Amino acid sequence: MPDKKLKRVDLIFSEECSCKDVLADGLKKSNEELLNEILDSGLRGRGGAGFPTGLKWKFTAQEKAEEKYVVCNADEGEPGTFKDREILSRVPLKVFGGMAMCAKVIGAKHGYLYLRGEYQFLKNDLQKALDEFHSYLKEMDFDFQIHILMGSGAYICGEESALFESMEGKRGEPRNKPPYPTVAGFRNKPTVINNVETLVYSFMITRIGAKTFHDLGTADSRGSKVFSVSGDTPIPGIYELELGMPLEDFVEEFGDGDTKAVQVGGAAGFCVPRKKFKDTIIGFEGVPTGGSMMIFNSSRSMYNVLKNYVEFFEEESCGQCTPCRVGCQQLKHGIEAVKRGDKSAAYLDTLQKLAETMKVTAKCGLGQSVANSFSSIVDNFKEEMIY
Amino acid sequence: MKDKNMANTINLKIDGIDVSVEEGKTVLDAANKLNIHIPTLCHHEDLCVAGNCRVCVVEQEGAKNLVASCATPAAEGMVINTNTHKVRNARKHIVELLLSEHNADCTKCYKNTKCELQDLASELVITEPMFIDLVPGKNYTTDQQSPSIIKDDSKCIRCQRCVRTCAELQHVSALGVAYKGDQMKISTFFENPMYDVVCTNCGQCVNRCPTGALIEKNYLDEVWEAIYDEDKHVVVQTAPATRIALGEDLGMEPGSIVTGKMASALRRLGFDSVLDTDFTADLTIMEEGTELLTRLKKALVDKDTSVKLPMTTSCSPGWIKFIEHMYPEYLENVSTCKSPQQMFGALAKTYYAQKKEIDPSKVVSVSIMPCTAKKYEANRPEMRDSGYQDVDLGLTTRELAVMIRQAGIDFQKLPDEKFDSLMGDSSGAAVIFGATGGVMEAALRTAYEIVTGREVPFDNLNITPVRGMEGVREAAIKIENTKPEWNFLEGVELKTVVAHGLTNAHKVMEAVKSGKADWHFIEIMACPGGCLGGGGQPIPTTPEIRQKRAEVIYREDEGMPVRKSHENPEIQQIYKDFLGEPLSHKSHELLHTHYQPRKRH
Repeated sequence: MPDKKLKRVDLIFSEECSCKDVLADGLKKSNEELLNEILDSGLRGRGGAGFPTGLKWKFTAQEKAEEKYVVCNADEGEPGTFKDREILSRVPLKVFGGMAMCAKVIGAKHGYLYLRGEYQFLKNDLQKALDEFHSYLKEMDFDFQIHILMGSGAYICGEESALFESMEGKRGEPRNKPPYPTVAGFRNKPTVINNVETLVYSFMITRIGAKTFHDLGTADSRGSKVFSVSGDTPIPGIYELELGMPLEDFVEEFGDGDTKAVQVGGAAGFCVPRKKFKDTIIGFEGVPTGGSMMIFNSSRSMYNVLKNYVEFFEEESCGQCTPCRVGCQQLKHGIEAVKRGDKSAAYLDTLQKLAETMKVTAKCGLGQSVANSFSSIVDNFKEEMIY
Repeated sequence: MKDKNMANTINLKIDGIDVSVEEGKTVLDAANKLNIHIPTLCHHEDLCVAGNCRVCVVEQEGAKNLVASCATPAAEGMVINTNTHKVRNARKHIVELLLSEHNADCTKCYKNTKCELQDLASELVITEPMFIDLVPGKNYTTDQQSPSIIKDDSKCIRCQRCVRTCAELQHVSALGVAYKGDQMKISTFFENPMYDVVCTNCGQCVNRCPTGALIEKNYLDEVWEAIYDEDKHVVVQTAPATRIALGEDLGMEPGSIVTGKMASALRRLGFDSVLDTDFTADLTIMEEGTELLTRLKKALVDKDTSVKLPMTTSCSPGWIKFIEHMYPEYLENVSTCKSPQQMFGALAKTYYAQKKEIDPSKVVSVSIMPCTAKKYEANRPEMRDSGYQDVDLGLTTRELAVMIRQAGIDFQKLPDEKFDSLMGDSSGAAVIFGATGGVMEAALRTAYEIVTGREVPFDNLNITPVRGMEGVREAAIKIENTKPEWNFLEGVELKTVVAHGLTNAHKVMEAVKSGKADWHFIEIMACPGGCLGGGGQPIPTTPEIRQKRAEVIYREDEGMPVRKSHENPEIQQIYKDFLGEPLSHKSHELLHTHYQPRKRH
């Protein structure tokens, strides 16, 4: 087990550098140099799934196509996550900078930022920043245009292929994979789609170098990450921390002294109970997170927490595939029936098996991840489900 | 990137057996090649891959999750297992989930014993439901307003076959997906009834719905009532495409011709007179062929600029509704001829009733059609020229099969019988109305002969360029050595195009709209393959089944003693005794009509 301690880092919001200079320096580098920096840094997607960013760029760069796109996924919808909002309001130029670096590597002329519908209030400021950014690009004679597109409030549109469908003006339903976006993404053209935070890190890596980033974190989880801390904490907010810390450290720093459980990774993530804080690492070798850290103290009913999550999924499933659409309904009705006493406690085992089926049969990440919170909460707080 | 024309072979292993398939094929295709049955629900051969029901999941070695075999391309070295513990559990769960959202009151369902979900539940031996019944908490509704199609949301499994059918095959998109999550449903524009939206009533969704969510509105009780009513004289007409498909619903293989058995069965069911829509198909050719030649004459000789060309056929009521909604500005290009069903209806209560000395108010006119749109057509206000509703009850081929079973008739052992007379005789030209290109071929056989006095210059009258299953087919026929009265057509190359499926109709009409097309005559059938693939035909439908039906249609044509509409003796008789000549005043009164523009939603 890696021996990391909680450590605050400041790569994302640091104002010591001028975005314009970083951009200019980056655009002077060769594509190979840029790509190798991202590959060598070990950066993995910060949206939650953790796919190596460099590989995504590399695969897309290798595709031969007239058009390619870079898309910034700013459809931040995971319950308990609000770090992209902060990044977009404080350092939008760095986000655009990351898109430009990617565009250079893969050969894209157009980029899109898909903004969560509820973040409409950010749009004017973002557009202003974008106009400024476009003026830099013009000065530097780099042919790349970014467009901001608005989502309409569906959680599923954060799923990359549903996001493409939505961008194309269709109903936001996930596609079958393969083909993956690197081969056929937006308008069926090779596309890199990265989370807001991933793009900022990519941009910063071109400045600080792969090694500085790589030196942070653990073997599977290089670098640092922005956490959205909420719940029973005296200090909710956005924190950039090195990856790989034990959850115990995190709770010590952010908890209120009575922490019962931490939901790591939002509704789609895992619930870690107090007894496992010590042995749980925050990172891909332990419990990964897209940033959401929800802290619950002993006054909270974990039944209510779980019910809230399954209600959320029941409503936010796109409804396309059977396991997700009906499975979510059954999980919700199931725990309610057990709580009421209409179903015996043994029915929870049936529901656990159903959650497992959803994990292995659902069409996209939404349905596949419902089991994460469901199983971890039911396993660890069974008595709260029944009584 | 590999050249797409070079079909690479992919080698994989399914359930321990090696199999090779072309690149681009799915795991499901590969399993089918090995005759390994993987259950499916959302998959349909005519439609794009959806991968949403998840019933076809299988285990791929090395993959963390199960994969949907219908949506997963076969890949080199793949190892697939279709019958593992994990697969079986998952499959059962998924079917259980579908059932928990489904109004599984099977004995009260029109699709009972013909339901893909029921088959699957039976295969998996699902007796005690595993999950909570969600149906009581749903506000499912049933839309029964359309005279053609009933949409019962409580039976829907959200496989979206209907949505894909309506969009991909028909370019209509009357059905779409609304809402999300537990509220997600298949719906229409503003959730209006199907009767009030762009729906063409083609019934292709009905043909592909795996459950009872989309069915034809049946008129079985009404027909039985009429038959049992001593006071009524019930005449029945059967469309060209019924006789080459009916057998499929009565235990026979696709590609069985049952014309004689069908006539025999109808008689045993108790119809007072067993007649044939093929007769009015021949009549349609006389009227429509003459109309085309008249339009050509007005355009070429009289230089009448008000004449609309190209002229399109008007037999397919799905096509009529489509053009009313989508291209109302071209309604005058549609032939004014009613469809054979409606010509028959108008004549049954006039010509037939007079000849048989029956009070037309006592005549009940029933049609057996391969079509659901015919039900709507029969109810159109335009279709009352006999002074009554011309066709009282429109049944599908499927409904006739139900009646035959209800009557306890051993269909396959029936003797072959003939249709009754007056309006029972027909030619081969009428039979081929059932296949895409058939109306065109029948019209050319007659029109060419009217103009030149000679038979069409094709071997054995088979105008093969207009046949086949290509979506849009162009053909030209040069007119030479005309009779003196038609010499204005001398040397004219008559240009035709045939399209089937409304997506292809859309392509043709866009070409017309762009002004680039120089066709004179357009045949459009709403359904894939023409009427043989109609929305009222036996289920299932696949390209292979439609191909078999087409083959027997042409075989039936070749076996007919009369192959040209104008040589049908009963046709000659009706002009002599009743109509006078094609496009006569009487014809116009009874056999022609006009349609109305409609909104595009």
